[in-house]
Parts: sequence; structure tokens; C-alpha cells
Amino acid sequence: MKYMLLIHQGTTPLPGSPEWERLSEAEQGAVYGAYKAINETPGVTPSSVRMQPPETATTVRVKDGQTLSTDGPFVEVKEALGGYLFYEADDLDAAIELAARIPAASMGGAIEVRPLAE
Amino acid sequence: MTALLEQTFRDHWGRVLAALVGFLRDFDLAEEVAQEAFARAAERWPREGIPASPGAWLVATARNRAVDRIRRDRTLAAKYKLLDVSQAAEEEQMQETTFSDERLELLFTCCHPALATDAQVALTLRTLGGLRTEEIARAFLVSQATMAQRLVRGKRKIKAAGIPFRIPPAHLLPDRLTAVLAVIYLIFNEGYDGRPDLATEAIRLGSALVELMPDEPEVFGLLALMLLHDSRRAARLRDGELVLLANQDRALWDAGQIKAGRAALERALALHGRATGGGYVLQAAIASLHVEDTRDWAQIAALYGELARLTSSPVVELNHAVALAEAQGLEAGLAAIDGLHELEAYQYFHAARADLLRRLGRPVEARAAYNRALELVRSEPERRFLADRVAGLARRND
Repeated sequence: MKYMLLIHQGTTPLPGSPEWERLSEAEQGAVYGAYKAINETPGVTPSSVRMQPPETATTVRVKDGQTLSTDGPFVEVKEALGGYLFYEADDLDAAIELAARIPAASMGGAIEVRPLAE
Repeated sequence: MTALLEQTFRDHWGRVLAALVGFLRDFDLAEEVAQEAFARAAERWPREGIPASPGAWLVATARNRAVDRIRRDRTLAAKYKLLDVSQAAEEEQMQETTFSDERLELLFTCCHPALATDAQVALTLRTLGGLRTEEIARAFLVSQATMAQRLVRGKRKIKAAGIPFRIPPAHLLPDRLTAVLAVIYLIFNEGYDGRPDLATEAIRLGSALVELMPDEPEVFGLLALMLLHDSRRAARLRDGELVLLANQDRALWDAGQIKAGRAALERALALHGRATGGGYVLQAAIASLHVEDTRDWAQIAALYGELARLTSSPVVELNHAVALAEAQGLEAGLAAIDGLHELEAYQYFHAARADLLRRLGRPVEARAAYNRALELVRSEPERRFLADRVAGLARRND
């Protein structure tokens, strides 16, 4: 089974933010370490890009042939997508276990585990 | 013969379906061919007699049906080459052998936390209980279309999301077992008020589970709890009116169920299952004390205290307070209840308070509390019971 893990940052402190600076060096190191370990897990294909924060997003709709652009992500900022990765695993339990190891899952965000069509 | 057939079918449905899901890894196909096999049995067994191993016969017949179907589907044929056995040979071979019991795998699949709770309940009743979609719909007061949709969605998710068909590995087992027990207890509680078929079904599932997991104290605890509660079912209502435990006709209690419940409790305690898990063992121990000839309120209060520490549930605290009122005096109980503000919207909080105030000779406060309970009450017998109590207060005042 192939899964896409969509990382919603929620209130997770992001590097560069004042909340991030308030974390101890050890805590910051643990976050980097955890992501590194996940990216090196067999079956994981990390995303090859990094997204800018959701505040920089523009949402586009077309109504009656007219393009409407609005500031911000489609969902609330705190629910917006912050990153993703792919995971080839035996079953959903394995994907859930990997998702639980992503720091955002325990720091105020959540991970959506979505199976990919074969 | 028909009754015997029906019983045989009910006894075998879960095991047969579990074996087929395990083999085919496809809920829909497994269910369809199982149904066909049962239909064929209904036609043949009355003429030819029930085979020595009915389950194996049903599995073999259903498997053959599945093979036929898969053969018809040419794109899948290559995938299932291993099924390419001649029908007669297969049937013969299967009747000789037993087939492995995979109900536990099926149960853990149906109760996977990635499924919505109502889907877990519906799938469990359908696949392991063998209830028909319209029966489950009726039991949960939803339309047949809604229930059918719920089952379809659940089965689709199991397949699409890759929910595994297996007993979870040791590090996942405690959490996953908790989910399974919660589903069974939910089914039981749905049946406790007025739909005894569901309570009976939950007890059947609980009995199957103790067979399958004979070393898990909480599994025995849950079975004990359900049996001990269910034993008093016939005595809970008299002419449609609610009868409190103290006033129940003990002759109506099911002595066999009490005995079986206590045996399950003994087993749970022997497995040292008292202070861990979801609290089913503790709840069963309390239920057992409640059916003693004289209730040991100090002991009941102590167990509720233990359960409250384990679950941090304010509802358990309320029960603890009620037991304290009996064990240590009405004032002690009332003081404990008054500390439970988070239960403001809970009918039994007000009903319990009202009862203690009434017995303490404080009718004005008692009436106010009864009225709050009456605003929140949902069941008709309970409403009449509370209204009677208010009327009793009025008479005393006159």
C-alpha cells in the first residue's frame, strides 16, 4: 500500500518563529532528529520541496469565467497543509505508527494519512 | 429442522465469514459467497442431513463459489491461480479438515480505530453477529438505507485504506483491545433499555472473545459485567414502571446468568485484572456486590473510589458518592455529590441529589432537584418514576 502523509502544522512552532525560539536547543535538535529519522525510514519518500508558511498562500476560484483570488489558504491557517511525504507500507497500522512519529503530530498539529490509488 | 438450521447458521456465520475474509481479503465477496453457501445448505441439509462438520462444509462451498466468480473475471484469474482446485476435490478435502478460527482477526479489523464508531458497531454486528442490515438498522433506529450505506462505507475504507486483517502486535494490542471491548459494551448498552436482542448479541460476542483471548482479564471482566447486569433485566421494569434494585423481585433475577457472571469475574481476578485497563473487572466486581443478599456498601464505595481513580470519570464519582451516602451517611454522600459541578447537565446527578435531599427531610430543595432531573430525562419509565417522587413530596407537605 502507498500512503501520502499530509502534515498539518496546527500550532506547531516553526523554525524562525518566536515560539520556535522559546524551545530549548535540545528540543529543537529533537525535532530535526525526528524528521531526519523519518526521512531515512525505509519506504519513505520525503517531499523534495519545502513549502512557505500558509500565510503566504493565495486561494484561487473561478466563477462565471472570472478569476477570484483571495489571501490565505483554502482552509483556516491553523488547518493548512505544511508539508507531506509518501510512505510505502504493509498496511494502515504501519502508516499510523510512522505518522505518530512526525513531530507535528505531538506539537499541536495533525497528520492526515491518505491511501493512494494504485 | 428449520429452527435447528437457523441455530446452526447463527452459530457458524461469524467463523465462516472470518475464514472467508481471511482467505479472500475482500469483505463484499466473502459476504456474498457466504450467503450463497448458507442458501445452498438450506436447500440440501434438510434432504441430506447436516454434515459432520457444518462449518467446514460452508467454508468449502463458499470458497468454491468464490473461485467460480473469480474465474469468470478474467483479469483477476491470474492473481488467484492458487484457488485452481477442482470443486469436488476441494469440497471433499475441506470436509475432512477443520478450518482455522479467524474471528479475532475479523473483530480487530471491524473495530479498527480508523473507522467511525458507528461503523465499527455496524460491521461487528453484521460480520460476527450475522445480523442482517435491516435488523441492525432497526436496533439503532435508522433507516435501512442509512445502515446499508454505513456498512458499505466501512467496508470500502477497510479495503482502500489498507486496514490489516490480523491480531495487532503486542505493542498495539492494549489500545486495540480497549477499542474492541468498547464496541461490545456499546452494543450491550444499546440493548439494555428495551432492545434485549442487542444485549444478547453483545453477550454472545463477549463469550466468543473469552474463548479467543483466555488470558485477558478485562475480556472476562466485560463478560462478567454484562452477564451480571443482564441477569436483572426481567426485574428492572414492572408493568412498564422502573423498579429500583432494592425493590426488585429477586425471583425474577436470572440465577444462571449471575453464576456465569461470577465465574467470569473469578477468572478475571485470578488473572490479576483488577487495577488495570478499562475498569471492566472493577465494574463487574461492583455489579456482583449489588446482587448479594445484603449489599456491602462500604465495599461498593471502596471499589467505586478505585474505579474513579482509574477512569477519572465524574459519572463514576457520582456513583461513588451515592455509595458513600449508604456507607457513611446521607450528608457525606450529599457533600460528595455537591462537588461534582461538571455534571450539571446530567439527569442522574440531579436525581441522585434529589433522592438524598428527600431522605434528609429537605423537600423544597429535593423538589427543585427532581424538577431539574425531569427536564433532562429521556426514558418514559424514568420520567414517571421521578414524577411519582415529586408527587410523594407534595403529599407529605400537605
